[in-house]
Amino acid sequence: MDKVSDLASRQAAVIFTKSSCYMCHSIKVIFYELGASPAIHELDQEISGKEMEGALRGLGCKSVPAVFIGGKFIGSSKDVISHHLDGSLRQMLIEARAIWL
Amino acid sequence: MGSSSINLVSKDGKRISAVMPSFTPTSNPMIADGGNESQPCRLSSDFGILEEESLNGYTNIRTNPISSQLTAYNQGGGGSDFQFASLTKLPNNIGSSSTFLGTYENGRDSVSSPRTDISSDADTDERIQQLDMVQSASSDRSKGDKVSDQKSLRRLAQNREAARKSRLRKKAYVQQLESSRLKLTQLEQELQKARQQGIFISSSGSDQSHVTSGNGGALAFDAEYTRWLEEQNRQINELRAAINSHASDNELCTIVDSVITHFEDVFRLKSSAVKSDVFHILSGMWKTPAERCFMWIGGFRPSELLKLLAGQLEPLTEQQLMGIYNLQQSSQQAEEALSQGMEALQQSLSETLANGSQSSGSNGNVANYMGQMAMAMGKLGTLEGFALQADNLRQHTLQHMHRILTTRQSARALLTINDYFSRLRALSSLWLARPRE
Repeated sequence: MDKVSDLASRQAAVIFTKSSCYMCHSIKVIFYELGASPAIHELDQEISGKEMEGALRGLGCKSVPAVFIGGKFIGSSKDVISHHLDGSLRQMLIEARAIWL
Repeated sequence: MGSSSINLVSKDGKRISAVMPSFTPTSNPMIADGGNESQPCRLSSDFGILEEESLNGYTNIRTNPISSQLTAYNQGGGGSDFQFASLTKLPNNIGSSSTFLGTYENGRDSVSSPRTDISSDADTDERIQQLDMVQSASSDRSKGDKVSDQKSLRRLAQNREAARKSRLRKKAYVQQLESSRLKLTQLEQELQKARQQGIFISSSGSDQSHVTSGNGGALAFDAEYTRWLEEQNRQINELRAAINSHASDNELCTIVDSVITHFEDVFRLKSSAVKSDVFHILSGMWKTPAERCFMWIGGFRPSELLKLLAGQLEPLTEQQLMGIYNLQQSSQQAEEALSQGMEALQQSLSETLANGSQSSGSNGNVANYMGQMAMAMGKLGTLEGFALQADNLRQHTLQHMHRILTTRQSARALLTINDYFSRLRALSSLWLARPRE
């Protein structure tokens, strides 16, 4: 849990993914389209990946991608898409100073 | 409640046909009864002629049909004893009853022909045997002859047995017929559904005839989707009528809300269909050809839908304009992102499938193949996620649009959207029916 929150608080936008997950790729694209440069941590490439996976599950995140903005857990792909549609994703990124516009 | 009919031939050779209702457990108090004098041989009033001629001794002929008694008999299996008991209580009347049943016996041939959903053949046989028994038993006793007593007892037992077997055979046969009938009805229903789908299936022309036939989940979805479409059309017509008749905002609001809610239903349907057969949804075989051609990950492209509405929703406030524009942009970005994810998946899948064929050694081949296949299977599984997210995007876009617009604007938007898809579907039909050399 510590590792997760530690990493999540280091950058304005943090996404935990897996290299085998293609939905993660889509979510990354959404961030890039908004002009953000989120920090990407691939759980299957990290040493403490399993542990972090368990920590994420504890937060209620059943699968990757797991998205954090401003240190706060936002959700998975479904939540990101919903937030993006109503404009709140951009808003959150601005507030977290991940983007400027 | 079904009905059973019996063809009987009366004493004077006249054919009597009767239709009697089937057995209902509550309607037969006489079964509980010990069979008192007034009850044993109940006939429906259709047996008028028989009543008069043969049943002098019987009182209280009610309309409780004989078949219910016999049916209970058949089903209960233990009624025979009761029957017998009731008959033995009326020694005076046996003469008349045997006449009646003798008559019945003559008519038996006609009874056993096609009407197999009656219960009375074997039962009647049984009763005949029993009366036989009673008669011969009493005559034997009056002679006082022990030997013939034995013989007749044996004969009676054999008769009893034969009658019982006949009854059981009949029961089995009837049950078989009932289940076949049920199966037939089910098949007919399925055929009906498939015929409806035939509109979609035949539209694919020669290419994919097997797609919806084998998979039960796909067929089920197709049928449900057709029903959903019909309901959608009905609601849209209601909406159109309301607009044309200048209904109040409140009335419009109710109808619009129900249309939006109805949209939720199709996403729910698709969601479970994706989980059971993602390829069926992605293939678009449940749509008409023109719709299928312009499909995006198993459905319509939300941004295209919003573009449709341009110019149709005037007047829009500045805020509304911005809202719709932003919604369209975001939707487009999300669509792009999902498409890229799908592309990455396809790329990776191709690499996985291509890798195996390069291995040099022969011994590693099978293991390698299996490994590659297992990996490919895992990757394929993520398709479900994409289909679900695409539907999610569609659903949320619709909801957002509804929130941005006023009731009247939403109503007009829904009509426009529906018209677009109807025309696309009509176009498919026209295209398929076009004259060709």
